[in-house]
Amino acid sequence: MSELPLLSIVIWLPIIGGLLVLAVQKAGDDAVRWLSLGVAILTFLISLPLFSKFDTSIYQMQFVELHSWIPAFNINYNLGVDGISMPFILLTTFITVLTILAGWEVIKKKTAQYMAAFLIMEGLMIGVFCALDGVLFYVFWEAMLIPMFIIIGVWGGENRVYAAIKFFLYTFLGSVLLLIAIIYLFFQTGNFSILDFHDVKLTLTAQILIFLAFLVAFGVKVPMWPVHTWLPDAHVEAPTGGSVVLAAIMLKMGAYGFVRFMLPITPDASSELDWLIISLSLIAIIYIAFVALAQDDMKKLIAYSSISHMGFVTLGFYIVYLIYDRTGSVAGAAMGVEGALVQMVSHGFISGALFLCVGVLYDRMHSRSISAYGGVVNTMPVFAAFFVLFAMANIGLPGTSGFVGEFMIILATFKANFWLALLAATTLILGAAYTLWMVKRVIFGEVANDQVAALKDVNNREFFILGILAICVLWLGVYPAPLVDVMHPSVDHLLQQAVQSKLL
Amino acid sequence: MEYVYLGAVLGPLLGAIIAGFFGKFIGREGAHTVTIFGVGVAFILSLITFNHIVLNGAPIYNETVYTWLISDGITFEIGFLVDSLTAMMMLVVTFVSLMVHIYTIGYMRDDPGYQRFFSYISLFTFSMLMLVMANNFMQLFFGWEAVGLVSYLLIGFWFKRPTATYAKLKAFLVNRVGDFGFILGIAAILMYFDSLDYATVFAAAPAMADATAKIAVGTEWSVITMICILLFIGAMGKSAQVPLHVWLPDSMEGPTPISALIHAATMVTAGIFLVARMSPLYEFSEVALSFVMVIGAITALFMGFLGIVQNDIKRVIAYSTLSQLGYMTVALGASAYAAGIFHLMTHAFFKALLFLAAGSVIIAMHHEQNIFKMGGLKKYLPITYWCMFIGAIALIGFPGMSGFFSKDAIIEAVKLSTVPGAEFAYWAVLLGVFVTALYTFRMFFIVFHGKERFDKHTREHLHEPSKVVTLPLILLAIPSALIGFVAIGPLLFGDYFNEVITVLPEHDVLAKLGEYYTGPFAFILYGLGWPVFLALAGVAVAWFLYVKRPDIPEKIKQRCSGLHDFMSRAYGFDAFNDSFFAGGSRGLGRFFWKEGDAKLIDGVMVNGTANAVGHIAKFIRYVQSGYLYHYAFVMIIGLLLMLTFFV
Repeated sequence: MSELPLLSIVIWLPIIGGLLVLAVQKAGDDAVRWLSLGVAILTFLISLPLFSKFDTSIYQMQFVELHSWIPAFNINYNLGVDGISMPFILLTTFITVLTILAGWEVIKKKTAQYMAAFLIMEGLMIGVFCALDGVLFYVFWEAMLIPMFIIIGVWGGENRVYAAIKFFLYTFLGSVLLLIAIIYLFFQTGNFSILDFHDVKLTLTAQILIFLAFLVAFGVKVPMWPVHTWLPDAHVEAPTGGSVVLAAIMLKMGAYGFVRFMLPITPDASSELDWLIISLSLIAIIYIAFVALAQDDMKKLIAYSSISHMGFVTLGFYIVYLIYDRTGSVAGAAMGVEGALVQMVSHGFISGALFLCVGVLYDRMHSRSISAYGGVVNTMPVFAAFFVLFAMANIGLPGTSGFVGEFMIILATFKANFWLALLAATTLILGAAYTLWMVKRVIFGEVANDQVAALKDVNNREFFILGILAICVLWLGVYPAPLVDVMHPSVDHLLQQAVQSKLL
Repeated sequence: MEYVYLGAVLGPLLGAIIAGFFGKFIGREGAHTVTIFGVGVAFILSLITFNHIVLNGAPIYNETVYTWLISDGITFEIGFLVDSLTAMMMLVVTFVSLMVHIYTIGYMRDDPGYQRFFSYISLFTFSMLMLVMANNFMQLFFGWEAVGLVSYLLIGFWFKRPTATYAKLKAFLVNRVGDFGFILGIAAILMYFDSLDYATVFAAAPAMADATAKIAVGTEWSVITMICILLFIGAMGKSAQVPLHVWLPDSMEGPTPISALIHAATMVTAGIFLVARMSPLYEFSEVALSFVMVIGAITALFMGFLGIVQNDIKRVIAYSTLSQLGYMTVALGASAYAAGIFHLMTHAFFKALLFLAAGSVIIAMHHEQNIFKMGGLKKYLPITYWCMFIGAIALIGFPGMSGFFSKDAIIEAVKLSTVPGAEFAYWAVLLGVFVTALYTFRMFFIVFHGKERFDKHTREHLHEPSKVVTLPLILLAIPSALIGFVAIGPLLFGDYFNEVITVLPEHDVLAKLGEYYTGPFAFILYGLGWPVFLALAGVAVAWFLYVKRPDIPEKIKQRCSGLHDFMSRAYGFDAFNDSFFAGGSRGLGRFFWKEGDAKLIDGVMVNGTANAVGHIAKFIRYVQSGYLYHYAFVMIIGLLLMLTFFV
């Protein structure tokens, strides 16, 4: 290959950078911070050509790298991206820069380890999005848990150990089933290539079992009702940076698994059991929205809001069969899938921004409780403006990124079934209710107490982070075409796979 | 012309951005200069547009600005549709907005949020222009929600007041209920028309007239009816029709200039504009038209009643706005779209005038809004008095005033309508005329005539506000008086709305009405019937009750205390919504959280699993006790059991 192995670089550069950070920790916290930031920014810059040089006319994998790894089992070091996975690599490199910045002055304990954990996690997460070999995917998938486990367990809140273990056990439980499914597929195809998995013919029973294994593995990560309860706990205990990565990127991996594994590998089972996914999605959208309404802890509220929004993603993926049954073609379904992918990217920005906002407040008052605040706008007007903007994005106001995905999914769902669209659209009311009610109680009103009266508005660093996210949220809301254009061929191909029976 | 349209939209947006982000640097004067300049440019460009499209008869402009996104073969675009309807709306919006901008210099003079306020109202002007100039449903929805956002920000402008922060949240949520219907309507349009572009959808509408959809088992819904009713639910939210009207009276928590601009003249009429714009769809559904008409009639009459029992000067006008929006909606239901739009326009002028005049009174009274603490203000505020008077007689439909033409046209049109419910609507709007005159002049007499009910201190400071306040009043009073006279001919009976509004021949009540139309003077003479008599009767009763014998209303109030109470609580809508919807949702949320997530999922399933593992482990630990005699005992028992079974 004459070209640079871009994907390998964006995976290994932050991992090696992270190790380097650990090595130089004696040089002092400042050196550590600047080195980490340098690595993160460099990684982000290197990842940019993935977008600019991406060929939007083909569905095939691009930037492919293929090396033999463990020949005895036909395991390869095989990387590549298509229009579905590429945006998430950029999202990861981008969000990591912000999380490094977010931990700048805030993390005073074991700074080097903290920064290293984030950098290493960045590389592993990118690995998940571009691995094309089942074993490689699994290795990245599992390895990624370790830095997050450490981040919650070391830099977390009071109840961090319970949260860390709950997080780990939950996701690990799912992962075991994932491994079994991958090994089963290996016995069918003779290698671990995910693209070969896509083509292998399977009986319906086998498909259903594999589908369920995947569903548990990825559903926990999304997370879907009823395996979602680890997320609010993890968010509450995680440090701000951990919450941001968790919400902005890790949740997306579960959803990514749906489109990389479930739809193409088990299309017949997906078709049989689409009602299950759709029901769980709607429960997430409605039930969880009500739960969010009852929260007093801001982080919990945003965590529940994340679950509700991710319900839209899984809904968008799985309405294809209803549309196909009704019209005999997949026309209309692509809008659902593309809407779901846009929703994933957008939710990365918005939930990240909201957790950063809560972090800004928490750093000052050491409380996440809504009732501890009130009238913040009086002392922090700039912050209040950001908070209201991101809240509006969270409820899908047109002109912000939150609208794009929701709108597309509701339009597509209507094609599938009127009543499903009706239920999904309740998010317009419920989402606004829990988000703006929080805004009302935290931001507006008279200054609630002396602590609020003593608050200082955002500093330059915080302004910069929130400002960049605000630009992203507005940009994607006003002009989403470039992002969506990248996806077309890959999504069309995915839908063809999804409705092509591959029964044995 | 593309640059003219872009300039009209971007002028206010730029003003808003500069005043919002750099308000500190440019100061107060800078903020109002830049925003007034932006809106002023928009107003001039609107005049040019009006001249180009209406007076010079240029063809309808329908072009794309940029492609927002393409998915699944559907192109979502940002673009402008400029025809005579758009041109008129642009003119009304930018004119009223400009007046309100100027007025604000005086009204908000001492407010610490001066720059922020100018930024918001300019942003509103941008959003409203995007709404009326849209050429597709997606952009319409964008403008729709954007004006909702600015309304939210402005209702709660004084964010320290708990009532204001409550009112803003309420306004947003109630509007979201409407938008819930609206977005489903848009989805239905995309599904059945495969496009969100107005022109494409309208062209295909006649062919869809008889299409049905199986939505619920065993029933078939007409596609057009479903779409129209879903869209109208959106209109009900924004244009505050019963039962989604509850947010508008509370929105009076916002500063008075925005009550005039947003909650009287422009934003709340977006729903009327929407239905008129969609006339090519509504014409094919008599069910939807009937629904629209009945909702409008209920709003027109019953919200009018509530105006009689209000004591806050702004709330009287707010209930009047609700009632007048009902009139416009009734006109739409009768397929007299042009009459609805006509009333929208005259109402924008005289209602903005009334609100700004009320604001003038409020400034003079040092932010006192209770009308029973005013009285006899005529001699202190002569300009305000006469402007308010013109607004009031325009509102009640005094012959020759703008409101007379538009309201009379609606009443006559409804009389001729054959849509189911038209008879009820006719009586509602007719009786509404009396009610309108009664509450309007009740307020007018109590505020400006009779005894002075304020203290000496207030009297000493009582004087007409500055020119920036009175000038917009005068400029608004002129069209409030005259515009009806000029506009009725072309708008209702001419060809102004040809190619823009579609009316099927069998619904065309305005054409029937036009057969008798020979000019505005003749219209006045012809109209000297029941409506005028009722309006004058309303004024007379108001005079008798509140000037001549002010003791009688007290007695009535005591005699009918039950009814008065019921009306003071606005028929109990708020109480019901608070306990049922707000309280119910919170309760349901807590239930799901505590019982579902905490007890069932975490308690039984997750921690239950962990506990179960723990218990089993504990039990097994007992078994592995390590004592030899335990093991020996178990072995012997086991041996005995096996012997019993096998031997």
